[in-house]
Amino acid sequence: MSDLQCPIPKRDYDRVLTAHGGGGRLMQQLLADIFFPAFANDLLGRRHDAAVLTLEGGAAGPRLAFTTDSYVIRPLFFPGGSIGHLAVYGTVNDLAMAGARPLVLSAGFILEEGFPIEELQRVVADMRDAAAAAQVQIVTGDTKVVEHGREDGLYVNTAGIGAIEHNLTIEPQSVRPGDAIILSGDIARHGIAVMSVREGLEFESAIESDCAPLAGLVGDLLAEGLQVHCLRDLTRGGLAAGVIEIAQTAGLQVHLRERDIPVRDDVLGACEILGLDPLYVANEGRCVAFVPAEQADRAVATMRSHPAGAAATVIGHVTAGADPGLVTLETVTGTSRVVDLLSGEQLPRIC
Amino acid sequence: MRFVSEYRDAAACQQLAQAIERLVTRPWTIMEVCGGQTHAIVKFGLDQLLPPQVTLIHGPGCPVCVTPLEMIEKALQLAARPEVTFCSFGDMLRVPGCSQDLLAVKASGGDVRVVYSPLDAVQLARDEPDREVVFFAVGFETTAPANAMAAVQAHELGLPNFSLLVSHVLVPPAVESLLSAPDCRIEGLLAAGHVCTVMGCHEYEPLAARYHVPIVVTGFEPVDILQGVHACLRQLEEGRAEVENAYARSVRPEGNQPAQELIREVFEVVPRKWRGLGEIPRSGLGLREPYAALDAERRFGLTDTDVPEPEACLSGQVLQGLTRPMDCPAFGRECTPEHPLGATMVSSEGTCAAYYHYRRQRGLQSPRSPAEGSA
Repeated sequence: MSDLQCPIPKRDYDRVLTAHGGGGRLMQQLLADIFFPAFANDLLGRRHDAAVLTLEGGAAGPRLAFTTDSYVIRPLFFPGGSIGHLAVYGTVNDLAMAGARPLVLSAGFILEEGFPIEELQRVVADMRDAAAAAQVQIVTGDTKVVEHGREDGLYVNTAGIGAIEHNLTIEPQSVRPGDAIILSGDIARHGIAVMSVREGLEFESAIESDCAPLAGLVGDLLAEGLQVHCLRDLTRGGLAAGVIEIAQTAGLQVHLRERDIPVRDDVLGACEILGLDPLYVANEGRCVAFVPAEQADRAVATMRSHPAGAAATVIGHVTAGADPGLVTLETVTGTSRVVDLLSGEQLPRIC
Repeated sequence: MRFVSEYRDAAACQQLAQAIERLVTRPWTIMEVCGGQTHAIVKFGLDQLLPPQVTLIHGPGCPVCVTPLEMIEKALQLAARPEVTFCSFGDMLRVPGCSQDLLAVKASGGDVRVVYSPLDAVQLARDEPDREVVFFAVGFETTAPANAMAAVQAHELGLPNFSLLVSHVLVPPAVESLLSAPDCRIEGLLAAGHVCTVMGCHEYEPLAARYHVPIVVTGFEPVDILQGVHACLRQLEEGRAEVENAYARSVRPEGNQPAQELIREVFEVVPRKWRGLGEIPRSGLGLREPYAALDAERRFGLTDTDVPEPEACLSGQVLQGLTRPMDCPAFGRECTPEHPLGATMVSSEGTCAAYYHYRRQRGLQSPRSPAEGSA
């Protein structure tokens, strides 16, 4: 159908949009078209939350996980957390998703001229507390100041190193047909908490972010001797984006069950009002684990014994299927539909 | 806030589906008017629960989809002006004009802001008196009262820097346009519950009588929609064609009269072009003379330009229920949410976008695995 005559051109944006950072299809396009080809190497090619580095001794030698993330959020403080908590937990969680025990972090600050010192102190105190909670140390850092009007007050970048102390290869490529998918708790709280403050929306109850470190939870799964195939924390793009990326990287199909995916009533109500699908709303303290089906019950029990996984439940499974990368959902009405990547961020609807 | 789950109850849905199956004796074609209902039908797979004799076709009820290309171009022109802060509901930002969308204007430095209420835009004009604040007043009867309230507030405050780019459309004239078309397939209609919450049910009575089509006012949750379908089919099987309210928890027959008065105070009925459908007489709202100073088109001297729709795009037929999204040769190939060719793919509530997101791949597998754990 190359002969279509259309006054609306096909749009490959020639400038960066906010949607390019939204965890959806546009961000995938940016990675695939610009970053992955330019930096191409085997470690990056694993497309995991952290790169896994093997030290001396070849494949059997000690392994480290290495990751970095930048934190850009408005407002800086929100119900249940702040940019300081996110900057520590986000990177700790990325290390944990590679099955690593987080060891040390770096912290880079980009400050806007005029930013209140008192707020900076609050952010740094939150980072200190979060690091203590996650049992990591912040051992190096950097500070830059940009002119007033150049940015949004404060950005934080953290990088982290963790130790991999087991023999598993926890990454999307390890997922196998038949694996059960376990979700560590209710979804969509972080995104709604931030939006409610940013946009001045008031709901019946205060919705707090779920932001929390997940390394302890992952440590418990590994200590239990479970054959964890893959882990993914569910940040931008929510549960949907996380599971779709794994399905696509693994080249397998995923089936989810909507009725087993916990969403708090107040969060669901807020999503309904705003026209947002909770499957795509960001979380900061939730992950999915892919484990062999026969270990699912034990994995759920292990997660539930940890505070970060108290509401853990099996939400679906993996199949070989004829359509690699496809994610489907059994809806609450018992029918089936596709779960697809969004273009970028979800936008609130008109009516 | 437990107002959703009981209307998504699987057992209730199954019971309604069985009741529909028992009721139906021959093929029927029902159109749901509203994009929100289309979205729910496809998202929850409600059409999969219906017997094969019942065909649901999707109507023109997505305000983002039907906003004409000319108006999008005007919005883009305004948003690009350095003195303008352009405010819009979120889902209008991705709608492409001829060359770009509001997101791209924003990325190029335009001051484009998402608001959740037009009154937020009025407040913005008060807070930033040196900026020209323009609100994109689009939507059906549902958004008209709040937009009218914004006009009233700005008028009373004498705000010199607030204006509205108005592209309101009215549902019943569009429904009549579809029903009167020679190739109309519609035998029953599900009317949009939120429109009737504002306007009541009476506007539909002459349409039901004139075209002998049952019209059932219907909500947006799975149980609501199946109840609406059931009520519509019962009328069809009995040979009746009446207006019936199956969304009584929200809709009163007379509607919300203070909201209607507010609409009448601020707006007058005008002809309006619908994207994909063309101009429909008396199908839009424009600002009345006392509020004309708030008209952004007039304030900024915007003139009408003729912007042709894509010839190959079938969205006009999709909007009228004449073509299914999957039957369009461009669907999912040249036409995707990232590269929409036409009206029905541009909005998340557009019919083609709903099918793209929820039905794109064929051959859905059984979702249950016998090997799965029970926790």
